[in-house]
Amino acid sequence: MNIAVVVRQVPDLIEPLEIAPSGTEFDFGSASFLLNESDDHALEQALLLKEAHGGHVTVVALDFGDVDNTLYTAAAKGADRIVKIARDDAPPPPRAAAVLYAEAIKPIAPELVLVGVQAHDELDGGVAPFLAAALGMPYVGVIRGVAVGAEPGAVAAFKEFPGAVMARMNVKLPAVLGILGADQPPRYVPVSRIRGAMKTTQFEESAAAAVSSEPLTAIARLYPPAAGSRAEMLSGSETEIASRIVDILAQKGLVK
Amino acid sequence: MAKDVLVLAEVYRDALADVTWELLAAGRTIASATGGQVLALVLGPNGAAHAPALGAADRIMVVDDPRLADYAPGPYVAALQEVTAAEQPRAVLLGATSIGWDVAPLLAARINAPLVTGCKEIQPEGEALRVATSFCGGKMMAEVRVDGAPAICMVLPGSFRPADAAGQAKIEPRKLPSPLEPGAVRFDGWVLPEAGDVDITQQDVLVSVGRGIQQKDNLELAENLAGALGGAVCASRPVIDQGWLPATRQVGKSGMTVKPKFYLALGISGAPEHQEGMKGADLIIAVNTDPQAPIFDIAHYGAEVDVLDLLPALTEAIEAKRG
Ligand SMILES: Cc1cc2nc3c(=O)[nH]c(=O)nc-3n(C[C@H](O)[C@H](O)[C@H](O)COP(=O)(O)OP(=O)(O)OC[C@H]3O[C@@H](n4cnc5c(N)ncnc54)[C@H](O)[C@@H]3O)c2cc1C
Ligand SMILES: Nc1ncnc2c1ncn2[C@@H]1O[C@H](COP(=O)(O)O)[C@@H](O)[C@H]1O
Repeated sequence: MNIAVVVRQVPDLIEPLEIAPSGTEFDFGSASFLLNESDDHALEQALLLKEAHGGHVTVVALDFGDVDNTLYTAAAKGADRIVKIARDDAPPPPRAAAVLYAEAIKPIAPELVLVGVQAHDELDGGVAPFLAAALGMPYVGVIRGVAVGAEPGAVAAFKEFPGAVMARMNVKLPAVLGILGADQPPRYVPVSRIRGAMKTTQFEESAAAAVSSEPLTAIARLYPPAAGSRAEMLSGSETEIASRIVDILAQKGLVK
Repeated sequence: MAKDVLVLAEVYRDALADVTWELLAAGRTIASATGGQVLALVLGPNGAAHAPALGAADRIMVVDDPRLADYAPGPYVAALQEVTAAEQPRAVLLGATSIGWDVAPLLAARINAPLVTGCKEIQPEGEALRVATSFCGGKMMAEVRVDGAPAICMVLPGSFRPADAAGQAKIEPRKLPSPLEPGAVRFDGWVLPEAGDVDITQQDVLVSVGRGIQQKDNLELAENLAGALGGAVCASRPVIDQGWLPATRQVGKSGMTVKPKFYLALGISGAPEHQEGMKGADLIIAVNTDPQAPIFDIAHYGAEVDVLDLLPALTEAIEAKRG
């Protein structure tokens, strides 16, 4: 199966996010970036499908942040082609970015497009469904696991619902799936293999260009969440904190 | 200008989604500013059965079409689009649910309407809406201004006080102008979790581990503590994704909703999707090395320490107490 995967860089939330003086955007100067978690699962799912049923995997990304690292890692894991969309500045908002990804993906003519269902820095519901709309393909998201279906030209995608319940969705191809989890955790790849991939991988450049469009929403301000009722913090050594917790539990009759 | 607010009253396995009454409340705030009405829309052959619970709406519309019997994005979006076009609402409110995550952006793309996810507050401001949304895993808020209509808003469950069901609304069966097409994505059956595992929804004490537990081997520390407390171990999504625990132990949006007497969150950041499943616990204690972690906003007590250091100390202290 010919599969395209979109991967995005997101700021690492371990570092506090700084708000720029404008108040409406982040100051990414001090941020570090990493691969969006659900995109990592989308890539893993694509590689698993390829290994089980043949075909090839093309990874598509906007040139931003540490994306080269991510792309060499993807190549080392087994991606066959890497397509990079050139950018002079930061990526456009997700809905506009989806149009760029669509332009880059059309020449690949994939049967299946896998994208992480969510990136934590998005405010408008994600690249995946907007990409489906831009490609004119059907879409279903919040997927954990994809199997090649009994029907030819279709896959079974497992859509998550509350209570660890899943709906098996029969999806006619071509289609875009919003992936939340792969059938297996994303594989580990040794650094030596990534170094090898750096020597041998050729990135292809996509000529996709942004079409300017009026944004439909505007960020008036960014702000840290108001600490309504913050937890009472227990301090001291581990032993002191442990004994405070035991006291709290004992008071409530939870340890006797 | 458009005044009414359309609420998708989502049915999941024969019950209305809990977020429905929050959507009705949010809808009321927006609609009453300009004398508009709150319209509830139920999709599916058995839709009328849910109408009595939707009394907080002014009008209840039911689209009864066999293609809507089980969820599929094509027919759902088509039906919602038809009703939206006919009613011309100022806003369409959906829950940030598995269905909402498909339908809201697909509708927004079809009709080129503005979309905001993660909505926690929605206020009308003249003809515009001002929406407070949560993102970055609950670590950042954005105030978003939406000028166009309809504004499609995906509401985070747990953000609004649910509207109560007083009201006189009548059911309006809605006929669509043409039958719905099945679409390329079709529902093909439910896959239920395997029975036999501990039912975490029935436990008084839950020791819950997140990515901060770092390695599968460290789960044993949590098991020991749960044993000492007479509770069970559960987890956030990344731990389940690693295959370290079965899906029946996942707490949150796609996992279980739990309400134990004591929930100990160990190395869990407290993303909204996790909070959704546990914030009703009587007592929440969170342990996290990051003082900014959103879990501390809903925990009663917190400690900024390494879980791997605290776990053995806490197990020992419990055992000592019990003698
Ligand atoms: C549609 C959808 C459904 C979802 N459903 C669910 C769901 O049902 N349940 C769920 O949990 N998530 C769900 N998620 C995922 C959710 O958004 C978060 O990604 C997830 O909850 C994060 O898990 P975490 O807190 O364990 O990991 P992280 O967010 O990575 O947090 C790990 C935390 O551990 C702390 N830490 C690290 N090391 C240590 C240490 N040694 N000691 C103490 N603290 C440490 C860090 O400071 C950090 O705060 C869903 C997402 C989507 C999009
Ligand atoms: N995987 C599929 N996705 C979408 N439509 C399908 C699929 N399989 C069959 N159909 C069509 O759906 C219609 C109803 O099929 P059925 O549900 O089997 O009665 C028929 O016209 C089928 O051709």
